[in-house]
Amino acid sequence: MGLTPMTLPMTMAEKILARASGREAVRPDEIVVANVDLAMSHENADLVRKSFLEIGVSQVWDASKIVIIFDHRIPAESEKTATTHKAVREFAAAQGIENFYDVGRGGICHQVLAERGHVRSGMVVVGTDSHTTTHGALGAFATGIGATEMAGVWTEGKLWFKVPSTIRIEVEGEFRPWISAKDLILYIIGKLGADGADYRAVEFDGPAIRRMTQASRMVLANLSMEMGAKVAFTPVEEMGPDPGAQYERTLRVDAGRDVAEPQIACPHSVDNVKPLSAVGDLEVHQAVLGSCTNGRIEDLEVAARVVAGRQVHKRTRLVVIPASQQVYREAMKLGYLETLMAAGAIINPPGCGPCVGVHQGILAAGEVCVSSTNRNFIGRMGSKDSFVYLASPAVVAASAIAGRLAHPAEVEAAHV
Amino acid sequence: MSDVKLVLRGRVRAVLGENIDTDLIYPGRFLNVTDREKTAEHLFELAYPEIRAGLQAGEFIVAGKNFGCGSSREQAAAALKFAGAGAVVAGSFARIFYRNAINLGLPAVVSAEAHAGCEVGDELEIGLTQGVIRNLTKGTELRAAALDPRAVELLEAGGLIPYLKKKYAA
Repeated sequence: MGLTPMTLPMTMAEKILARASGREAVRPDEIVVANVDLAMSHENADLVRKSFLEIGVSQVWDASKIVIIFDHRIPAESEKTATTHKAVREFAAAQGIENFYDVGRGGICHQVLAERGHVRSGMVVVGTDSHTTTHGALGAFATGIGATEMAGVWTEGKLWFKVPSTIRIEVEGEFRPWISAKDLILYIIGKLGADGADYRAVEFDGPAIRRMTQASRMVLANLSMEMGAKVAFTPVEEMGPDPGAQYERTLRVDAGRDVAEPQIACPHSVDNVKPLSAVGDLEVHQAVLGSCTNGRIEDLEVAARVVAGRQVHKRTRLVVIPASQQVYREAMKLGYLETLMAAGAIINPPGCGPCVGVHQGILAAGEVCVSSTNRNFIGRMGSKDSFVYLASPAVVAASAIAGRLAHPAEVEAAHV
Repeated sequence: MSDVKLVLRGRVRAVLGENIDTDLIYPGRFLNVTDREKTAEHLFELAYPEIRAGLQAGEFIVAGKNFGCGSSREQAAAALKFAGAGAVVAGSFARIFYRNAINLGLPAVVSAEAHAGCEVGDELEIGLTQGVIRNLTKGTELRAAALDPRAVELLEAGGLIPYLKKKYAA
């Protein structure tokens, strides 16, 4: 498929927005109105519902393009939540929204959206959750929006976007043992900063990315939000950027050399990243393995491998949250949950769990948590005087065993 | 019809730093509050409860770059609006927060000079379409980005809901 002489080469973000807005080509900073292919909400569908009803339109634009997945508070932790769940449930039924994943039917929205095949490359996906960028790993222009804006999408099926410029990130080299996608993306966020990709698209590519599993690529796209990215892509077979597409800048990373150690995002910002050895001695009270970032089967597998035949340290709680019902069942069949529980882990139901600071593993003042989740802001997981360190699943598991921040290789080398 | 004027006048209630995230503005534990007006009760609850306690209608919050980073939670913008903030002025805004603010009818003004050029209690005059902030207390002028016409249209309508309501009114 050659380029017509009139068409300028485009990045992934430009190609998708051009298609969705019915244009030949688009350029950064242009404003386009794009048709939305998929609109996802979780519990905040209740806010969307209220705004939608206020607008006064009786029917959503296309019920088949709306997906609602409860994950932030499942099962309902309070009467208040139960009431909003009920309101959304009834609204979905009344509007004929069939893609509604209730308690026990789904799990974390981004995992469910991907594993149930809702997302395809080239789509414009909007979600009332900032980590909607995850779906760039499936080739979609996928981004988070607020609830009122979503009410507009439910009404009109379209949304305005400023075409983002694109940062290209090329990754080569071989990952060292125990180093994963999480370490790579934390390293990149540490380099670029919490606003380093604000309003921009990110394209990851290079041999080290192309060797990654789909789940690992989702980690990169998911966490790109924490440097402000509007969308983030990893390579897909069906489509790619045009040769000669224009990038704002290109960052080159050698996975073996630059990410030689596990990377830790220290309190209280995701760009406060240090290699593990630079963090120093740190007693850990809680270790959390889960979230839309790192609660997939490969994450549970590596954690099970680290803790197998060992016991979680007596000062530490290990909280494990499979990302979805499907991941939970697979982890059961494969024996990972048995291994984790034998080591002393508690298994939470699939959902966001303590990551949003609501329930199922809240921290007290003075407590330290090593977590495979995505944010370490003040009070994120409980007390404003608690401390969250973000790390890979392998480091979370190793730290649970050691009772202090630990490299998995140390735990492996120690006698049981 | 317009509930937002294009020239705002008021005092600075707080001057905050960089990367003020949405968990600081509105903690996750209160996300099941879905009445917009009630979100105001939890503004800055964990980190800066004194700001909410002292905030008078029409006062401004000034901050460094990347204000509103993190979650897409609209409650962060709603809490500021319904607690009475007249505008947020920041070095830059995280994109979802910015859109949420404008969609709810809360002016969000980008100014790289405001953080260094304002103190708590200063009286400001903000020309939303002029790209200038006058610090009346200090007698200085601070450069700001003029709001784009799309944002002005939404603010003048009182936000996205009234705007769409009018558009789709039977």
